[in-house]
Amino acid sequence: MAYSFPDEVLEHVFSFIQSDKDRNAVSLVCKSWYEIERWCRRKVFIGNCYAVSPRMVIRRFPEVRSIKLKGKPHFADFNLVPDGWGGYVLPWIAEMAGAYPWLEEIRLKRMVVTDESLELIAKSFKNFKVLVLFSCEGFSTDGLAAIAASCKNLRELDLRESEVDDLSGHWLAHFPETCTSLVSLNISCLRSDEVSFSALERLVGRCPNLRSLRLNRAVTLDKIANILRRAPQLVDFGTGYYAAELQPDVFSNLAGAFSSCKELKSLSGFWDVVPAYLPALYSICPRLTSLNLSYATIQSPDLIKLVSHCPRLQRLLVLDYVEDSGLEELASSCKDLQELRVFPSDPFGAEPNVSLTEQGLVAVSLGCPKLRSVLYFCRRMSNAALVTIAQNRPNLTRFRLCIIEPKTPDYLTLEPLDVGFGAIVEHCKDLSRLSLSGLLTDHVFEYIGTYGKKLEMLSVAFAGDSDLGLHHVLSGCESLRKLEIRDCPFGDKALLANAAKLETMRSLWMSSCAVSFGACKLLGQKMPKLNVEVIDETEPPDSRPESCPVDKLYIYRSVAGPRFDMPPFVWTMDEAVRILH
Amino acid sequence: MEGELVLLGGGGGGGGGGSSGVSTNESAVLSKVEVVSEACSYPAESELELGLGLSLGGATGKTKPATATSSWGECGRILTAKDFPSVVSHRTKNGGPSVSVSGTKRAAESVSHEGGSPTGISQVVGWPPIRAYRMNSLVNQAKSQRADEGDSGIGEKDKPKDALKKKLNYNGNKISSTTTVNEKGHLGFVKVNMDGIPIGRKVDLNAHSCYQSLAQALEDMFLRSTNSVGAEKEQLTKASKLLDGSFEFVLTYEDKEGDWMLVGDVPWRMFVSSVRRLRIMRTSEANGLAPRFHDSNERQRSKPF
Repeated sequence: MAYSFPDEVLEHVFSFIQSDKDRNAVSLVCKSWYEIERWCRRKVFIGNCYAVSPRMVIRRFPEVRSIKLKGKPHFADFNLVPDGWGGYVLPWIAEMAGAYPWLEEIRLKRMVVTDESLELIAKSFKNFKVLVLFSCEGFSTDGLAAIAASCKNLRELDLRESEVDDLSGHWLAHFPETCTSLVSLNISCLRSDEVSFSALERLVGRCPNLRSLRLNRAVTLDKIANILRRAPQLVDFGTGYYAAELQPDVFSNLAGAFSSCKELKSLSGFWDVVPAYLPALYSICPRLTSLNLSYATIQSPDLIKLVSHCPRLQRLLVLDYVEDSGLEELASSCKDLQELRVFPSDPFGAEPNVSLTEQGLVAVSLGCPKLRSVLYFCRRMSNAALVTIAQNRPNLTRFRLCIIEPKTPDYLTLEPLDVGFGAIVEHCKDLSRLSLSGLLTDHVFEYIGTYGKKLEMLSVAFAGDSDLGLHHVLSGCESLRKLEIRDCPFGDKALLANAAKLETMRSLWMSSCAVSFGACKLLGQKMPKLNVEVIDETEPPDSRPESCPVDKLYIYRSVAGPRFDMPPFVWTMDEAVRILH
Repeated sequence: MEGELVLLGGGGGGGGGGSSGVSTNESAVLSKVEVVSEACSYPAESELELGLGLSLGGATGKTKPATATSSWGECGRILTAKDFPSVVSHRTKNGGPSVSVSGTKRAAESVSHEGGSPTGISQVVGWPPIRAYRMNSLVNQAKSQRADEGDSGIGEKDKPKDALKKKLNYNGNKISSTTTVNEKGHLGFVKVNMDGIPIGRKVDLNAHSCYQSLAQALEDMFLRSTNSVGAEKEQLTKASKLLDGSFEFVLTYEDKEGDWMLVGDVPWRMFVSSVRRLRIMRTSEANGLAPRFHDSNERQRSKPF
């Protein structure tokens, strides 16, 4: 019979299947495949920590070695989610401590991690190897000391962009002398002025496999050379401050140290740059594929000089000091460019402080045939430019445009930018992420609903005229997983009419819109597989009439039911209990 | 664009009166709900085509001959679960759910009422969408540059601003007068913890121009009863409980050097540039912090900048 394949054979075959989607598909083939697959799944990705409970995960996948969890909604990055909303990792660690003694990897994004959680990790998982805390908060260097001290095989400690209570730089000294396993260390978010530099040097020196090292701002320029000489095998390096008075011996020491790093492909850091020290990088520029200068306040001429030395550049993050002229240079020098992010140097200024316009982006779209991912802050845009960009670059997969002043029209015609963004979704058939800005009517959403069939994440602000806009998106975007909306006139109708759609998505965020409390309650009652959370810091939503709009609304699908760790300003609408609080 | 989207012609009127009107009472919600349900049950009937854009908002009062259950004239029936799946399982344009367009004007208005439409970038929280991590870097750069220039005239508004302008303006690029992020600033979120409360909060220092306003905001956040929102901002002139030392809690802050100090001792501007985080501490624990009461400081505290 066909199904007398031994389980071990199937397991072996499944071990070559790494992607979550494929694994999920495998598990749906038949019951026995489901069973075999669940016992041999080693990696789990949970995009919303409240979509499922730790126990459910453990029950289904008993042998997990690697887990990735995301907590707060994306708009938490912009302070739209009040502190204390949730996203605590401790319950997960506590459950996994018992169930997964052989857990090796924990990757968290936007979660609240306490020292207690870190200490629990340190003592529960004997073979712990990878800890990535991306944009997390709630812990201090004491927790890090526990990890450093206990995790004998630690390979990766990456704290990127987390908020750490910097109590002391001496936590680094807790890495035992026997620890030689580090492959990746990212402490760039630490503010402490007293990073124990000697401990860092010794640690770097004894880890021959160290490939990625990102220092924090406390490490001064003169110390970089020492570090680099101890780790010439580095592939990715983040400097600290890159500023000092220009001294020839320091310069040549630095240049020499960089040139000894034959594998170095990626650079970041560069807070406070003195341009005169940039040429120290020239020896490695020809190999550079990734360059993050987005904290460097260097001006266009210096940027142009640097970038023109980097023909292999694939990824560039930069401030708008690069200006249109710098981007034109980029377009002509860097034909391998895949990702460009341009951040504003003066986001709140009423007047532009640099000459960066839509022209720069158009130039890059024309000159860089492999460009796929764009994040661009600017102050003006036109439909014509957007249409040109769309036609030049139909291979775009991520397009996030932020025109700094809300509701800015096409600066040439004063029309809304519907047609321009429409061209983007129409031509870029694989577009999976889109962020809108500028003056936009319901039309743009009609384009998006019509053409955005692969769109997975959409961010909308200050756009649209009516519920029709939201309806176009919810009814048209088949692949939509995450939708986040702020300050748009979208109300109850589109939401209620497309309620079932919400169960096919990870989450929906709406703030400063026009969804009434009554609609939220209705949704919560009728859709048991959705958690409908109303967030209001000023007063309880039921102290006002039901037709009043709620301040913030976060809806996500969940098989775990409503959560019970909410702060006083979050209310969940539930079918069993009218309002759970 | 084939928008065969269906307009349930102002059918919200079935609730008694056109739904284009602003209805703030409860029946409005129900009538909206009915509108949807009617459409759900009879998708094939919905022939009204929506003229794109131009007829938006113009569809008021149009009533379709409804073959819906007549009961929806009153407070109407509540949606049952079966209404939803039939609507959205077909995510195609024909037979899609109808959306009433009228009645959403109010939504647009209410957004602007609630401060949804900004009068300027400075007034909008979380806009432009720049991650807090990056904002803090910008602030720290501005701060350290200012520190470099010498923290001399704290009371002199223009001097630090010009110095900062010079720093950032390497090539003579035009710098706006609001370059100093901390002054005009919107980047001043600091953490606040209160003894005895496990969950901390964050407060935007740059939304305040004096200690009174900050203390009031913190009191609202941590000490308020549920109804205090009405009782509001006339308290700005009253001495804040947290600042005058008479309360069982007192407001303290940790500065750049890691020292904990009582809030209110230094000029506001100096405080903003050196504060790292705040703590509402029990007064009994606050002994040993810098002494507070000088006449000159009292004047400083209540003088808004």
